[in-house]
Amino acid sequence: MKAKTTPYLLVLPAWIWLAIFFVVPICGMLSVSLMTGNVLDGFTQTFHVANYAEAIDRYWRQILRSLAYGACATALCVAIGYPVAAWIAFRGGRHKTTYLLLLLLPFFVSQVLRTISWRFLLADDGVLLGPLKSIGLLPEDAHVLSTPLAVVTGLAYSHLPFMVLPIYAVLERVDHRVVEAARDLYATRAQAFLRVVLPMSLPGVFAGVLMVFVPTSADYVNASLLGGTGTTMIGNVIQSQYLVNNDYPMAAAITFVLMALLLAGIFGYARALGTERVMEVRA
Amino acid sequence: MPLPHRMDPAAIRGLTRARPGRRAALKLSALAAAGAALAGCSIRGQRLTEQSPERYWAGKESNGHLRFANWPLYMDPERPQLDQFTQHTGITVDYRESIQDNPSWFGRIQPVLASGGDIGADLMVMTNGLEFTRLRELGYLAPLDHALLPTYADHGGSSYKNTSYDPGNRFSVPYTSGITGIAYNPDRVDREITSLADLWDPAFRGRVGMMRDPQEIANFALLLDGVAPADSTPADWDAAAARLAEQRDNGIVRAYYEQDYIQPLTNGDVWLTMAWSGDVFQQNAAEGTRLEFVVPEEGGTIWTDNMMIPITARNPVDAIMLMDFLYDPAIAADLTEYINYVTPVPEAQDVIRDRAARASGEERQALADLAESPLVFPTDEEYARLHSYVTPDAGDAEAFTSRFLAITQA
Repeated sequence: MKAKTTPYLLVLPAWIWLAIFFVVPICGMLSVSLMTGNVLDGFTQTFHVANYAEAIDRYWRQILRSLAYGACATALCVAIGYPVAAWIAFRGGRHKTTYLLLLLLPFFVSQVLRTISWRFLLADDGVLLGPLKSIGLLPEDAHVLSTPLAVVTGLAYSHLPFMVLPIYAVLERVDHRVVEAARDLYATRAQAFLRVVLPMSLPGVFAGVLMVFVPTSADYVNASLLGGTGTTMIGNVIQSQYLVNNDYPMAAAITFVLMALLLAGIFGYARALGTERVMEVRA
Repeated sequence: MPLPHRMDPAAIRGLTRARPGRRAALKLSALAAAGAALAGCSIRGQRLTEQSPERYWAGKESNGHLRFANWPLYMDPERPQLDQFTQHTGITVDYRESIQDNPSWFGRIQPVLASGGDIGADLMVMTNGLEFTRLRELGYLAPLDHALLPTYADHGGSSYKNTSYDPGNRFSVPYTSGITGIAYNPDRVDREITSLADLWDPAFRGRVGMMRDPQEIANFALLLDGVAPADSTPADWDAAAARLAEQRDNGIVRAYYEQDYIQPLTNGDVWLTMAWSGDVFQQNAAEGTRLEFVVPEEGGTIWTDNMMIPITARNPVDAIMLMDFLYDPAIAADLTEYINYVTPVPEAQDVIRDRAARASGEERQALADLAESPLVFPTDEEYARLHSYVTPDAGDAEAFTSRFLAITQA
């Protein structure tokens, strides 16, 4: 009897934690998203579903833009992060931990400070663009700051470790003898990678994509500090609806629209790239 | 964050596997959410009933201590003025730079005040604007007893009494004021900037900085149309929003800045931008830049950061004593030498002139510059060109901000 209840008792704190700090606030927000009123006279529950229609109607551009920026940043993270993870896993040798620590080191500094330092790096006549302009590689009025490019690369930079770590964790467990076996069977290096290593590492990529795409789509720091006109992300809209306009129902409704889109996207993604099937490839 | 070598790869891999329990959990939480939504509780009206000063102050006494919430860089880090206050009165001050901007400070204190709780401050500083109006209308501010503010009565400047946003100064007295105008970098702009129309000039395409604050940008577009912001109507707001949309869609605006426009202006990312007077003065003094600041010929705006006492303050008597103390001309001069914004105590100008006369070398020059700076001590003609903010009623506030958020957040 005791042995049967032990697992449940062990997860009990987690359930209580989630119930209090996740389920309750989410329910509260869902309720708020259907209210009408204003901050002075109070908000009353009127099941005003039109809040959602208005949220989508007014902010569909920012929502789509956020998803697109998130997708671009995620793709950039895969492109940059996968080789890094593979290099550390296969070539890191004794210093793997050191390399991982170096990768994480900048992230011990606050994200806002790191993003602000980007504004110095990317300034129109700053350390990066200035020399490129003076040797004529870039036109005089070229700029990166205040463009979507700055926002997307900023997003990718600030979430890179969330891509590298899961891919590394999977690659690190790849038995090198499997690769040797492939080579013995006349696979080229490229074939050995594409048909042996890559399929085995897909669960890591899957996890990395989730861990990067969700927070980047909802981010607001990068757009606010690196963006210009027409780069507002939905996170900025939620923040200002809540803090500047005190329109709590609208802020809550946008949040749920974003959440629904992200969940739908994730479930579709999981189904398309079904993790179970990916695991089968390994077996 | 766990150190990498401690991070078990199995834990990360675990994230990649489907867990059957999750579906059930989702269903359960969806049910719970539906339940809560159906229960349909509401957020009650937050308005408190207004109190008379007599009733509020009856029986209140000094506790020998107070907590002061202010903005960053609004007092010398050594807090000499507070030390003097303590020497004078024996009251100790816990000074915190907790206010970064009005909306988020309002967002933090509003739920606490609504439930009658202590916000951790007995004295706070907020700008005359939507949030201040909201606090006043909600009844969250202690009505001031002017019998306890004799120094303010004697030394406060006439334009800082009976202000439009707080008639009769019933709830607030000014801490410092500032001017919103245009700052430009003469290294980049080859002509003198004099007018708001320069911010709309296609010659500066992609090089103009505007503020993100809905009130600030609204003011400038209204003034461009020749409308005084304080008298503007919703029809004027529509016209102003159209002006701003045109400016943005023509690619003239580089970005909408929070409080961070000075560095891009110094670097040359933007050539001219909406700016606050004190920021430009401070940057030129600190970094040796030669940025120019002008009040546009169509007019600029003047804003005031005001001291006020939240209704739930624990030490209101100590708070109002400090409020009054800061109006001593010598103290106000000390503050101005550090803040570089417009002081509500005109006599501070003479104090700084005196100090300049007695000082020598670089300090003498710096003090003289400060005393004669029109940005710190505007003349009467300059005051005449400065407009107050739009102050929509609480009912119109959302309609107002929505129009201008739609500009900056397209």
